[in-house]
Amino acid sequence: MIQTLIKNEPVIAEKKASYPKKKNNKIILEIKNLKKNYKDVCAVKNISLTVTQGEFISIIGPSGSGKTTLIRCVNRLIDATEGEIIFDHKNLLHLNNKELRQARAKIGMIFQHYNLVYRLSVIENVLHGRLGYKSSLRGLFGVYSDAEKEKAVEIIDMLGLNEMIYKRCDQLSGGQKQRVGIARALIQDPKIILCDEPISSLDPSSAKIIMDYLVRVQHDLGITIIVNLHQVDVAMKYADRILGIREGEIVFDGSPSELSKEKINEIYGTETGELILD
Amino acid sequence: MTEKPAKKNLITPKKFFKKNKMQLTIFFISLILITWLTGAFTRFKAEDMVRALPKVGAWISKNILPVKQEKTILNGIEKTITVLDQKAIGKIPKILRELLETVLMSIMASTTAAFLSFIFALMGSRTTRLNSFMAVITRIISSISRNIPVAAWAIIFLFSFGQNSFSGFLALFFYSFGFQSRVFMETIDEASASSVEALRAAGASYPQVIAHAVLPSSAPQILSWILFMIETNIRSATLVGILTASGIGNIFDIYYKSRQYPTAFLVILSIAVIVILIEFISNSLRRVIL
Ligand SMILES: Nc1ncnc2c1ncn2[C@@H]1O[C@H](COP(=O)(O)OP(=O)(O)O)[C@@H](O)[C@H]1O
Ligand SMILES: [Mg+2]
Repeated sequence: MIQTLIKNEPVIAEKKASYPKKKNNKIILEIKNLKKNYKDVCAVKNISLTVTQGEFISIIGPSGSGKTTLIRCVNRLIDATEGEIIFDHKNLLHLNNKELRQARAKIGMIFQHYNLVYRLSVIENVLHGRLGYKSSLRGLFGVYSDAEKEKAVEIIDMLGLNEMIYKRCDQLSGGQKQRVGIARALIQDPKIILCDEPISSLDPSSAKIIMDYLVRVQHDLGITIIVNLHQVDVAMKYADRILGIREGEIVFDGSPSELSKEKINEIYGTETGELILD
Repeated sequence: MTEKPAKKNLITPKKFFKKNKMQLTIFFISLILITWLTGAFTRFKAEDMVRALPKVGAWISKNILPVKQEKTILNGIEKTITVLDQKAIGKIPKILRELLETVLMSIMASTTAAFLSFIFALMGSRTTRLNSFMAVITRIISSISRNIPVAAWAIIFLFSFGQNSFSGFLALFFYSFGFQSRVFMETIDEASASSVEALRAAGASYPQVIAHAVLPSSAPQILSWILFMIETNIRSATLVGILTASGIGNIFDIYYKSRQYPTAFLVILSIAVIVILIEFISNSLRRVIL
C-alpha cells in the first residue's frame, strides 16, 4: 500500500504543475438545460455542462444542493424531467432498453456506501462490471470469459487487493471495499467514471488512498472522472475543474486556483464557507 | 458561535430523563388499565384462573396421562399400581404416520408458496418492481392472503373442496404465500437495494440483476423465513387438520370426541415434540446459512 502511495505522489505533483492540461478537447459528455423535479422539490434547475475527455471534475456544494441528483441523471439512475444528456454522440434520454445498457456499460459508478454484494467474493463483485456487455442469458449464469477473468485479476492486483481476491466482501475494511468499487468500475472499460461522495464514509488515510487511485485512473488510463465531494480542500487538491452547485444551479465553474474564498462563500452561504476554510 | 447552541438547548438533561421516566410510568399505568378494563368486559378474573389451576392439574393427571390404575394382588395383599395404558400406546405408530404426513404437508405448503411469494416480492419490492401499478396489485393480493387467518382459509376451502387434506394444504399454502410475500419484499429491499443500484448502473439487465445482486444477498434471509414458515405451519396444521379432517388434527379430533383422552394426549405430546425438534433443526440450519 505504501508503495502505491509513494508511486502516486509524483503523479499529483506533475499534474498540478502541468495545469491547465488540455491534451485534446474531445467532448465526451454534454448536459443541456437539465431539470429534475421531485414532486414539489426542484432539485436541479436548468444545468448545462460540457465535459471534455480526460478531465477530473469535482462537484461541490452544500448538502441538498442537487449533487447526487445531477450525477445520477447522467446514467439515468434518476430520470431527468427535462433536458438533454449527450454521451458518446447519443442522447441518453432517448434510448431504448438495450441501448441504455450499452451506454451504461461505458459509464462506471462509485458510491459512498460501496454498493457491493457483500456475500460474494471480491473477484465476483469485480466481474459484475462486465454484465453490461453480456447478452441477458450469458450474464444470467455468470459466464465470464478467461480474458475477463485475467483482466479482473490484473485490476485487483493494481488496486493492491491481490490477497483479498477470494475473500467475501463483508470481511473487508471500508477503504478496501471502495477499492473493489473502483475495480468494478474499471473492468467496464469506461469512458467516464461518476463518483458520488466516494470518500465520505472513510477515514482520512483511506480517503487519501482512494483519491490517489482516482487520479491514477485519470492520468494513466485517460478516463474522465466526475466526483461529488463535500470536502472543499480535497476538491482543490485533486480536481482540474471545480463545479460549485447551490440550490440546483451551477454558481461556479473554474479551476481550483480560481476558487477564491469569496466564491466558496457564495457556494456555501457565508457562515459555512468560513467554517470550511478554517 | 459558541453561545448559539447553548441557547438552543432548552431541554436540560434533568428534564430529558424526567420526561423519559414519565413516559414509562404512563405506559405501565395504561397497560394495567387496559388489562383491568378488558377483564371487566369479558368477566375474566385473574384470581379465578389462579384458583382453577390446581383443579386443572388434577384433572389432567387423572384423565389425560396415558396411564391407568390397576388393582393387582401381590403376595396376597391387594395393591393399586400404575401401568401404561396399552390401548393408547398401541396407537403410537398410527399417530406417527399422521404426524409425518402433516409435517410433509407443512413443508410442501411453505416451499411451494415460497416460489410464488418470491415472484410477488420481486414485483412488489421498491428495489425490483417493474412498475408501480403491478406493485400495488401484488401488495394488495399478498396483504389479503396474509390477513385472512389460516383457520378462515381452511373453512373457505372446506366449503369449496370438502373435508380432505387438499383443502388443508391450500389453507396453509395461501396463508404462507401472503406472509412470505411480505417478508421477502422487505428482505429484498433491505439486503439488496444498494447492490441492485450498482449493477443497474453498470448496464446489467433485469434478470442479471436478480441473479447476481438480489439472490446472493437475500437468499440466506429468505431461507430463514421459509424455515420459520414451516415451523408456523406445523403448529397451525393441528387446527387446520381438525377443520378439514386431515392429518394429525383429524386423529386428535377423533380420539378427543370419542373420549379417548390418553390417546388424544399422546397426539398433543407428539405435536409438541415435533415442533420443538423442527425448531431445533431450523435453528441449527440458520446458524450455518446466516
Ligand atoms: N427521492 C427523492 N424524493 C424527493 N426529494 C428528493 C429525493 N432525492 C433528493 N431529493 C431532494 O432534492 C434535493 C437535492 O438532493 P440531492 O441531489 O441528494 O443533494 P446533494 O447530493 O447535493 O446532497 C434535496 O432538497 C432533496 O431533499
Ligand atoms: Mg448527495
